[in-house]
Amino acid sequence: MDQQKDNLKVVIAGHVDHGKSTIIGRLLAESGSLPQGKLEQIQESCRKNSKPFEYAFLLDALKNEQSQGITIDMARCFFKTPKRNYIIIDAPGHIEFLKNMVTGAAKADAALLVIDAHEGIQENSKRHGYMLSMLGVQQVVVLINKFDLVNYDRNVYEKIVADFSTFLGEIDVAAISYIPVSGRHGDNIVTASENVAWYKGPTLLEQLDSFAIPQQPVSKVFRMPVQDVYKFTADGDERRIIAGTIETGRIKVGDEVIFLPSGKESSIKSIEIFNHPEENETGAGHAIGFTLISQIYIKAGEVMCRKGEKLPEPGNRLRVNIFWLSKSPMIKGKRYKFKLGSTRESAELAEIINVFDASDLSTVKGKQQLDRHDIGECIIETARPVAFDNIKEIESMGRFVIVDNYEISGGGVILEKDTAGKSVLNQHVTEREFLWDHGLVTPQLRAARFHHRGKFVLLTGTKESGKHELAKELEHSLFNMNLNAYYLGLNTFMKGLDVDLEKVIWNRDEHIRRLGELARIMTGAGLIFISAIDDLDRYDIEYLKQLNSPNELLVINIGITDYEAELNLPENYDMKTAVNEIKKTLNRENIIPEYCI
Amino acid sequence: MYKEMNHLEKLEAFSVYILRESYREFKNLIMLWSIGKDSTVLLWLARKAFFGHVPFPLMHIDTEYKISEMIEFRNKTALKWKLNLLVGRNAKALEEKQTFPDGKTDRLTCCRHLKSEALKHTLSGEWPRYRLNHDSEKFELDSNTEPYTGVIVGVRADEEGSRSKERYFSPRDKRSDWNVDDQPPELWNQFNTDFAPGTHLRIHPLLDWTELDIWEYIEKESIPVIPLYFDNGKGKRYRSLGCYPCTTPVDSEAENVRDIIDELKTGKFANIAERSGRAQDKDDGGGLETLRREGYM
Repeated sequence: MDQQKDNLKVVIAGHVDHGKSTIIGRLLAESGSLPQGKLEQIQESCRKNSKPFEYAFLLDALKNEQSQGITIDMARCFFKTPKRNYIIIDAPGHIEFLKNMVTGAAKADAALLVIDAHEGIQENSKRHGYMLSMLGVQQVVVLINKFDLVNYDRNVYEKIVADFSTFLGEIDVAAISYIPVSGRHGDNIVTASENVAWYKGPTLLEQLDSFAIPQQPVSKVFRMPVQDVYKFTADGDERRIIAGTIETGRIKVGDEVIFLPSGKESSIKSIEIFNHPEENETGAGHAIGFTLISQIYIKAGEVMCRKGEKLPEPGNRLRVNIFWLSKSPMIKGKRYKFKLGSTRESAELAEIINVFDASDLSTVKGKQQLDRHDIGECIIETARPVAFDNIKEIESMGRFVIVDNYEISGGGVILEKDTAGKSVLNQHVTEREFLWDHGLVTPQLRAARFHHRGKFVLLTGTKESGKHELAKELEHSLFNMNLNAYYLGLNTFMKGLDVDLEKVIWNRDEHIRRLGELARIMTGAGLIFISAIDDLDRYDIEYLKQLNSPNELLVINIGITDYEAELNLPENYDMKTAVNEIKKTLNRENIIPEYCI
Repeated sequence: MYKEMNHLEKLEAFSVYILRESYREFKNLIMLWSIGKDSTVLLWLARKAFFGHVPFPLMHIDTEYKISEMIEFRNKTALKWKLNLLVGRNAKALEEKQTFPDGKTDRLTCCRHLKSEALKHTLSGEWPRYRLNHDSEKFELDSNTEPYTGVIVGVRADEEGSRSKERYFSPRDKRSDWNVDDQPPELWNQFNTDFAPGTHLRIHPLLDWTELDIWEYIEKESIPVIPLYFDNGKGKRYRSLGCYPCTTPVDSEAENVRDIIDELKTGKFANIAERSGRAQDKDDGGGLETLRREGYM
């Protein structure tokens, strides 16, 4: 089929008033991309209003007139050469619109960075250069514009090239070329300029056509973030489909796969595509589905990898570079939503190592928060480990966004796992225990009086496993033996202490945190504190264990979950036996005395 | 065998990604289906994304001035593909004849009444919704009045001016207002899928598609479309579909999908807007921005 050629997305960035619109206007006009008569019409209107014609007016005119079949706005402008179609993304030069600039640049295959020859390198020339590098735009070309204003002076060109390539070098970027242009006079936009005969490089148009369209990274190791797991039962559809978009590599039916961070394994049974002949191999770029030979419990957010290949590293304390775009600063001690691939985790800012001023690369030490437009090298901690790759090997698996107040508020790249520092939770517990205002009754005195020690007994398991019934029976049974047991139903908790969380979207971890803190108090009071929660994973449990420390936690697992607990009960447990089993375990751990069993 | 992906396959993959992202994040998700070519492609992409299923309802706002073939096509397709179809309308405006064809309003006000208002109140659940019963093949009043918070819409950036300013996930506030100049950023493949209580999101999986892409994809996948898009034998066809009082066909002898693709490639329509047959656009200064701020699709 004779289909259209690929689109190349090019972002045009640079300091405000350095002439981006004029360059685009000139490019459209000289490459024959304008509707018939448009140029003459604008020129005529300028003449009538006695103002000098500018190519930038073309953009404004087109923005206002969509009836011409060409669509332009602050964001997108379509044009084509015989070689291919282009989408030019016009990134605002004003600092206020940095978030629009990064939105445009994040999806670009190549970037044009405009610098005014007369004004020279400005704050946003550097800032935009920095952002392009952080966003991973590989192909960068610098346009030295308004070259007519410096009388086409080669020394000016050489100086800007030298200064700016030094700057770009510091942030690990090498521009493909530096083109001296004049948007107003058309030098080196479409036709080579005689005013700069010494310049032997490409014109802007030649440069555009020589940009490479990035190929799908099929030769890299296989990675697919699991976007969702579907089981649509309509019309007797029995398939359980692992769905996602393949980031890198390729995979065949029969290949063995491993899911991270859970570490679960299976092999590919089939590749699923609607309205398409059967396939036995697929790869990078495809939004696809798989069925597996065994029924393993996989959740959205895991990364599917191929066994035998290098695997991503799971980590929860990460050294990162973050750029912050929101008006409210990023602060320590607040929970944010962290998104990488298909993973969503709760995360917090643990440490700020350095804050850069992107406009001059100077660093500010000792800052306690990231303000709008700051770029910071930080440590962040996620509630559970996330699987990620080295940004230099698999870009898409090493970058993330931070959501605050329902909006993407920042983005960043992971530099490495941080193994040196002490976790935020650990620091918190140490500090809390240090500052705890103890009464005169020691835990030993309390245990002697109560004939048992304080302990947090937590029942977990699948939804319908009867945890709550068992928890209540256990409380009753211990109480009848004169032990101080107390059961807290989570629904009670949600309507009381946690009522303020009802309207918070990302609230699961906060519920768990509060339960952990409450458990520390209840066990401190010497109680056997009993509660039950659905589907806790090993990280939730580790978290509760730490929050409840120095007191102890006993986990009882019902049915199959990820966690190997101190006591595992079958889903169809017998109530009396189960209560006795728990009591035996409590006795074994010297919580309650033997006569209670 | 793995083959390098072509232009249409890349567009398809990205739209599927957006649809799956929406389904993962929104409990109350709905897709608007105008019965036109774009939203029918969108519906097809949903079947791609969910392996033959469409796991959320579709909403059609019936102005009662739709060309009759559109309603026939809608009902036939919904039954065949087992779609969960909801229909809503502005009953009051229709009853009081507050419409352009009745001569009581101008075109823009009519659009506002029959489309924007009808959509807003049907989505929120304040106005009745009628659900297609697949056994009786009749529409019945739906008992569910919960508001829909994620609304999937088939707008394309190249269609007309205001649409090119949209993001893939675009927050709207309580009054469905759209703050064009202060939208949150979208980075790489991460989108704004969270929303504050009382707000909702418009989701635009087709933003990067052009009119030509749509027709090439219809051809590649053999997607059924309404015959109104083809020459009716009188050298006229519809390029964009809407209410009959405000929609005029274009001169064209394109009889099938291939003919339309060839026609678009000749550049015949290069200087004529796709929606030039839609009279309300002109009345809104060509940009539709006023209507769109108020929730027009």
